[in-house]
Amino acid sequence: MEHIVIIGNGISGVTAARHIRKLSDKKITIISAETDYFFSRTALMYVYMGHMKFEHTQPYENWFWKKNRIELVKDYVTQVDPENKRLVLTEGKTMDFDKLIIATGSKPNKFGWKGQDLKGVQGLYSKQDLDQLEADAPNKDACNRAVIVGGGLIGIELAEMLRSREIPVTFLVREESFWNGVLPKGESQMINEHIKEHHIDLKLGTNLVEILPDENGRAKAVVTDKGETIACNLVGLTAGVTPNIDFLKDSGIALGRGVKVDRFLETNIKGIYAIGDCAEQHEPIGNRRPIEAVWYTGRMMGEALAQTICGKPRKYSPGHWFNSAKFLDIEYQTYGWVFSERTKKEHESHFHWRHPSEKICITVAYDKDSKKFLGINTFGIRMRHEIFDRWLTEERNVDYVMQYLKDANFDPEFYSHYEEQIISKYNSVMQTSLSVKKKSWKRIFSKA
Amino acid sequence: MKAIKNLGLIIFLIGLAIFTAIPVLGTFRLDQGTFDEIVKEKNIKSDGFIQSINENVVGKDFKGMLSLSPVVSSAIDAANSQHRKNKEYNKVIYTSGHDMAALVGKKSGTGFIAQNKGLMWFFTFGLGIIGALMFILPNVILLGKKGIKNNGIYHESATNRGWIAWMVFIFLVSFYLVLYFRPEFAVNWTFLVDPISESLSGNPAGHWFVYGFMYCVVMTVMAVRMYIKYRHNMYQVVRTTSVLFFQIVFAFLIPEIMVRLQMPYYDFKNAFPLDYDFFFQWNLKELLNSGGIGLFILVWGIVLTLVIVPVMVYFFGKRWYCSWVCGCGGLAETLGDPYRQHSSKSLFSWKVERWLIHGVLLFAIVMTGMTLYSFFTESSTIFGIKTQSVQNTYSLLIGAIFAGVIGTGFYPIFGNRVWCRFGCPLAAYLGFVQRFKSRFRITTNGGQCISCGNCSTYCEQGIDVRAYAQKGENIVRSSCVGCGICSAVCPRGVLKLENGPEEGRINPTEVLLGNDVDLMELVNKK
Ligand SMILES: Cc1cc2nc3c(=O)[nH]c(=O)nc-3n(C[C@H](O)[C@H](O)[C@H](O)COP(=O)(O)OP(=O)(O)OC[C@H]3O[C@@H](n4cnc5c(N)ncnc54)[C@H](O)[C@@H]3O)c2cc1C
Ligand code: SF4
Ligand code: SF4
Repeated sequence: MEHIVIIGNGISGVTAARHIRKLSDKKITIISAETDYFFSRTALMYVYMGHMKFEHTQPYENWFWKKNRIELVKDYVTQVDPENKRLVLTEGKTMDFDKLIIATGSKPNKFGWKGQDLKGVQGLYSKQDLDQLEADAPNKDACNRAVIVGGGLIGIELAEMLRSREIPVTFLVREESFWNGVLPKGESQMINEHIKEHHIDLKLGTNLVEILPDENGRAKAVVTDKGETIACNLVGLTAGVTPNIDFLKDSGIALGRGVKVDRFLETNIKGIYAIGDCAEQHEPIGNRRPIEAVWYTGRMMGEALAQTICGKPRKYSPGHWFNSAKFLDIEYQTYGWVFSERTKKEHESHFHWRHPSEKICITVAYDKDSKKFLGINTFGIRMRHEIFDRWLTEERNVDYVMQYLKDANFDPEFYSHYEEQIISKYNSVMQTSLSVKKKSWKRIFSKA
Repeated sequence: MKAIKNLGLIIFLIGLAIFTAIPVLGTFRLDQGTFDEIVKEKNIKSDGFIQSINENVVGKDFKGMLSLSPVVSSAIDAANSQHRKNKEYNKVIYTSGHDMAALVGKKSGTGFIAQNKGLMWFFTFGLGIIGALMFILPNVILLGKKGIKNNGIYHESATNRGWIAWMVFIFLVSFYLVLYFRPEFAVNWTFLVDPISESLSGNPAGHWFVYGFMYCVVMTVMAVRMYIKYRHNMYQVVRTTSVLFFQIVFAFLIPEIMVRLQMPYYDFKNAFPLDYDFFFQWNLKELLNSGGIGLFILVWGIVLTLVIVPVMVYFFGKRWYCSWVCGCGGLAETLGDPYRQHSSKSLFSWKVERWLIHGVLLFAIVMTGMTLYSFFTESSTIFGIKTQSVQNTYSLLIGAIFAGVIGTGFYPIFGNRVWCRFGCPLAAYLGFVQRFKSRFRITTNGGQCISCGNCSTYCEQGIDVRAYAQKGENIVRSSCVGCGICSAVCPRGVLKLENGPEEGRINPTEVLLGNDVDLMELVNKK
């Protein structure tokens, strides 16, 4: 029986394992060092905030693995020996494989700041990081200020977490406006406001210079490039992540920033694959980045690779881009591509609407010349994934999207609807006279 | 703000303490005239009992029910055993000692509580309401910006099965035990609400009136909490208003007013088989003897269960009843909201659930079949089994212990829908309709789920919502009561409760949206 070994029990590795099991009878082993069982990394924040217990982040009950004959080994892989198809684990243990899937995820970036390894300085990625945070910042008495460095999705999550225990938070963001490398300025501006509403001390355009230690080797303050020294007992480093692949350095597997893979997710060595956060495409696919460190892509790579391993070779060909996040109280969804002013190409134009008083807005990207719909960002309005996926496939133009926006609304029943307001602004900006079409189940369920 | 909250908590606890102490306080003094009335009213023929009460109770002061109740009980016991010995069966008293003590207590209450009903109402209900509102209202500001506010639920003793939760558990269970099995200790509570009862039905309050009134008060106060907590979520706001309305108007006011108008006491929304004694002989007789309105109720009750309920479930899902109308659901969604996370999500509990709830449904149907058979044939047994004893068993085990003591008492430990999930025969029936013939579903939003688990954690019905969401599958589970909380707590906008065409309602998917279209088709086709 072919032995498939997977390193990493995150979403990508586990999805691959589950699908291989569905398709075949192969022997499957998952080796992972972090936790006994698969848990949802995206839910770490909710454990600290007291919304859930850690066990709730585990999508499968503990008996699941045995029942599905997926062997779990809690250990750390120190070396991969492709020639002998052998892994070296800690304490000299080894394991042989027929095919290997590397799904080792990421680790938080550290940019060589002075003091980055002090006590009380941490990232937010692993279960251990969560435990560390619980130890260092249990409440506002033990931790009377935290400084977070790096204004991305994890940074704002960490800020929200700490605020849930009323710990004062200073948030250093390198950009002039929050996440404006990704978000268009209207949206980024709205999030700036919302961060401040939550009593987070947002410092835009500010970089970390160094972290100062106290006599016990613990962080006691940070120094910024604005010359400010901010006293604190916790420093959160959330300036992005990089693939967690140091253990592969001398293995002969081709590495870039991540593990280099082709469209079949195979590395330069036959029978060794990489998926999830740690995989790096030779060539970016469409507008995507070569390394896609998000949940959904890890899952999709797992799904595609399982087919390949079970004898039905499938390229990893992700469909239309989508993503979502939550900025404190504001839900964010995106379908297709909406680039920020900093990254968008010349032909991309935006239509932006923002609610006069609520924290609700949308931005629609379209092609300036053809008016083809390119993508949408929504804040505070939920949208139907299937509908946007279909419109993108059908290459609808932006007028069409505006008229049929009600079909795409996914807010709970009885919520206020804003399509009328949106289209009236659209009409006035674009000099059109479109009207909103009533929601139609028939259209929603018709298959393209 | 925090200070107001704390003060509110103290006031609430004082009210609660007085309320809790009242059952054992008070003075009772039965005078001869009142006792003669009771004898006449209850048609008591037991000379032994009458004599014993005359000697030991009448004209004497009793400090608290603890001293009165045993005297009354033992008088009944002694008299009955004497009558049985002498084969004087027509003299045997069938009223239980507890009910008799409650009756005597109700008629003979004197002293502070019975004479200061309004004031005592204020010191119990009044303080409770004021304190609770002072505790709840500051959240408008303290909770900050609107949005999901579940911070600290698993850090706090009250909501994480800590000692406070266990205290609440003990309190609730004891309260229900008193209500169902020791009504004499509820007598002093009935005094507090006598004025209200009299203004509604014209009669003094019984212990079920206390319960009904308290139910409405608790729901109203906790609905305020719901409005504040979910003020961003219109579905929750509208739904909460609906359950509150049906509880206060349909379950509480209308039946009381009907009594005033000499009509049968009836809750028009309480559908059989939840209303398990609807077809009991005494009820049918009462309805048939009540003229036009009785007949109307009889027809309505049958049409409600056979037509209205399933048709509505077809269009809206079982939520229209379970989380929009039903009283049990109403309490669960208001008082029970802080405990919803305790329902077990394991596959094992799902198995237990299916056996139990369908077992209860079967029990209810068999019992009702026997009841109707007995009613029409006028024979009291079937295959040698006494219909009456089957009814008594159901009333005790299911009606009192399961629905009441366990159903509500276990909120703080096993979550707020123990009864609705494991026991309610009506829910089982609605569940069949919802599962197999309904337009309702919870749509899963393509590939957006991040498997965080908020939805599963907060599903009061113990549905592992995430298991479906992360596969891109719609949720069409028979047990879903459509509370909408999974959708509310989902941080990624994945879940939407909606009614739509039946076609496409169930959508099993192996590979999720977002992937290569070919791959999805390939895998999902089979
Ligand atoms: C706080 C937080 C919030 C996030 N929120 C979102 C979100 O909302 N949406 C979204 O799309 N994405 C989110 N992400 C990103 C998402 O979680 C990741 O993209 C995803 O978890 C990556 O999955 P993976 O399977 O590739 O790797 P991982 O989940 O990182 O799993 C890899 C596992 O392999 C183990 N491992 C590594 N090396 C070895 C070794 N040598 N031997 C043994 N075991 C090893 C690691 O310990 C780890 O357990 C979030 C990430 C974080 C940290
Ligand atoms: S699945 Fe959702 S709507 Fe249904 S009972 Fe559970 S939480 Fe409520
Ligand atoms: S709450 Fe939403 S994102 Fe989280 S597991 Fe449930 S459906 Fe998925």
